[in-house]
Amino acid sequence: MSSGPAVPGAPAEEPTPVPVAPPPAAETPADDDAGTEVLGPAEVQRSLTRIAHEILERTKGAENLLLLGIPTRGLPLARRLAQRIADVEPGVDPEQLAGSLDVTMYRDDLHRHPTRTIGRTELPAGRSVDGQVVVLVDDVLFSGRTIRAALDALNDLGRPRAVQLAVLVDRGHRELPIRADYVGKNLPTSLVETVRVRLAETDGVDSVVIAGGTR
Amino acid sequence: MTGLRHLLSAADLDRPTAVTVLDTAAQMAATQSREIKKLPTLRGRTVVNLFFEDSTRTRISFEAAAKRLSADVINFSAKGSSVSKGESLKDTALTLQAMGADAVVIRHHASGAPHRLAHAGWVDAAVVNAGDGTHQHPTQALLDAFTLRRHLAGDADNADGVGRDLTGRHVAIVGDVLHSRVARSNVQLLTTLGARVTLVAPPTLVPVGVEAWPCAVSYDLDGVIADQQPDAVMMLRVQRERMGGADGGGSRTTSFFPSPLEYTRTFGLDARRLRMLPDHAIVMHPGPMNRGLEISADAADSERAVIVEQVANGVAVRMAVLYLLLAGEREAWS
Repeated sequence: MSSGPAVPGAPAEEPTPVPVAPPPAAETPADDDAGTEVLGPAEVQRSLTRIAHEILERTKGAENLLLLGIPTRGLPLARRLAQRIADVEPGVDPEQLAGSLDVTMYRDDLHRHPTRTIGRTELPAGRSVDGQVVVLVDDVLFSGRTIRAALDALNDLGRPRAVQLAVLVDRGHRELPIRADYVGKNLPTSLVETVRVRLAETDGVDSVVIAGGTR
Repeated sequence: MTGLRHLLSAADLDRPTAVTVLDTAAQMAATQSREIKKLPTLRGRTVVNLFFEDSTRTRISFEAAAKRLSADVINFSAKGSSVSKGESLKDTALTLQAMGADAVVIRHHASGAPHRLAHAGWVDAAVVNAGDGTHQHPTQALLDAFTLRRHLAGDADNADGVGRDLTGRHVAIVGDVLHSRVARSNVQLLTTLGARVTLVAPPTLVPVGVEAWPCAVSYDLDGVIADQQPDAVMMLRVQRERMGGADGGGSRTTSFFPSPLEYTRTFGLDARRLRMLPDHAIVMHPGPMNRGLEISADAADSERAVIVEQVANGVAVRMAVLYLLLAGEREAWS
């Protein structure tokens, strides 16, 4: 997916959504204080459905496939992808497809922040990562440091045959040579902006909001 | 997250903080069933085990915990060090400071030594009390609480009881309460977590001032087991080395009770008392055990006994404590 021309500093006409994907009918800008909503519930659902199909296409079926969500919001995303894959692929149990991978203890910035709560690492019952195609799932891809930590965490769990990465939003500004295999939406951002992903499971509603910059 | 700088006493922990430590320990325990048990979390940090008193399981447990988190561990025991030449705690502490210790795990025969180390300004390191005199042993209380929570508050979906406390549970702590820092720490922590504690001991082994503790006291073990049906019994070791009688050896105990046999009959956990416990009740012991004195071999080896599990949980709990004290940014503390 090619990212459109992001012009963060351009003279504002209207707070235009980034002109990438086929223009969805109404991307409603939320009220100014809360920032600009770039993905609503319907777009989030569509992105996930597309990613689920892309994963299936690329891995040629769900055999030996394992989706590992990175807490907090990667985990519900992994579960939703597993459900969608199970919907189209016969004989797949979504419970056996999705797990969680906590990366807290592998982060390189632990001493720069107040102590973080450790999340749960849980593979589906009876499954290991050895020889599997593992798709890491997270909400936002930014510096790439979380994914680096995830690769280390995964390495301690076993030896997957391949590791891929699915994210709902890629906001750029990579600090490490890491890229996503499946992207819900490329969101060119400036460093002063924040991207906030909300999901029904954790926040009551699906949305992606950009705030903080002048768009 | 917890705002903890040191861990000196079980009284330092309020209920949310204690639950956070136990929850963190549950995640640590989950990593310890993997093939690769080592985590990179505390790489580059130095943990000094400063032991002025003999210990096997606590020292090994802290050492394992620090190493599983990739910290560097320096073991320092008073025997064979300059302490035996008369070096003071202060000079030892200044040496540790010069070596760049990030945490000092201290066991000392004097109650209050860890507090002195933490607050005298000799070291910048986080101080963890690993047992001081007859005062406190907070990590033992935490591992006991962790074990209790797993067995009494866990279920199929949440085996470790994550997020829960011990509200409504009843724990009997039996034996040599007088010399036991484990009992003191447990009374505080278990009460903080909402459990009810009953101390059972001969009157000679109940400390002065126990009325002020948040627990009940009984001299009748059979009565407590039969009438109150506790969810857990924690047997304490009879600490003969602290009973200081004139004539050494086993007969020292005679200054606190007439004979070991009488103690066993009145306050020991045997097969008969084990049968009187409710079906779900567990048997705990902080170790090392005096088999045949406070606990019979039947009880110690029964299915109810979680004594070996306590040791395994000790590593997870100490990993959690080191993580919470050392992993975050240091500025947040001061």
